[in-house]
Amino acid sequence: MTILLTESGEYVVAARDGLWLSAADAERSTGWTLKPEGMCKDELCVPLPATATRGGEVDLAALWAKLGAPMARDDAGDVWSLGTAAETRNAALDGLEAPDFALNDLAGTSHRLSSLRGKKVFLATWASW
Amino acid sequence: MWQELYAVLKDRNFMVVAVAEESRGPEHARQWIEAAKPEYWCLIDPAHRVADLYGMTNVPQAVWIDEQGHIARPTETAGSTDHFRRMDLTTRTMSPEDQAARTAARARYLDAVKDWVLSGKHALGAEAARRKLPRITPEIARAHALFRLGAWLRSHGKAAEGDRHMGEASRLHPDSWNVWRQAADLDEVGKASGQAFWARVQALGDKPYYPSPEL
Repeated sequence: MTILLTESGEYVVAARDGLWLSAADAERSTGWTLKPEGMCKDELCVPLPATATRGGEVDLAALWAKLGAPMARDDAGDVWSLGTAAETRNAALDGLEAPDFALNDLAGTSHRLSSLRGKKVFLATWASW
Repeated sequence: MWQELYAVLKDRNFMVVAVAEESRGPEHARQWIEAAKPEYWCLIDPAHRVADLYGMTNVPQAVWIDEQGHIARPTETAGSTDHFRRMDLTTRTMSPEDQAARTAARARYLDAVKDWVLSGKHALGAEAARRKLPRITPEIARAHALFRLGAWLRSHGKAAEGDRHMGEASRLHPDSWNVWRQAADLDEVGKASGQAFWARVQALGDKPYYPSPEL
């Protein structure tokens, strides 16, 4: 089994030949859906070369390369970190919409930033180090 | 850290979201959070996701977000100053003048936040906000992906390999104190404020450690 670290969290998937996943696992872990047009997410569709899909399976590494997004794996090839492309980050920030996220408090309860819509939010980082 | 600010403003449609960029996890942040007795959101971010999303490089940094979920002020230093760089490293103390200046600067920043909540002052128009946005490069994007991997490996017993990826992340994103100091802290608690840290700060020369938000 392979662990994917993506925008939305940590996922255990079945991968082979690098990062070939079932379309279902790909969608679950990355939010990208396999359609005839290619891989689609929100309003965007990215065509993939014929070599990157095969009978309901998709080569996520090929998608990430097409997106120009960074990807890093551990030595054993069991853990993959699928990052976000710089262009995607810049475009999102340029729109001046505060990027959404959900994180846990000390009790393990998840809190989503966008649930605070209607209030002014002071979002500040800190660390013990 | 922000409880005083929040207590004064909580009935004004306002929330403080304090995010601990803490790869060692919630237990490592607990004592500070419980001591502060905060009424605002205190969230734990072991993967440094918020730093990734908002192009942050240091702590404390803050983003001001308006009622529509738009960025009123992008990532900037949240009240801290560079006076610490003049600290006497043997006694670990700052001069009274520097201490006073640092305290005053923090008070000015908190006052600015209050002014914004009460009257919208200091919110930037779209053009001004865009000019202040951090620019993410492919190297920085890759650094975040490597940091995430390194933090995961560290927390799953693969210290050497995790550290290697974090080192690469730091090389790709040398302006990020978050990456460098978190990696150091994961190696050994306290290392993030040790000799190597001070050497790295000194190497900044005239460049600020905490650039001023220019309110």
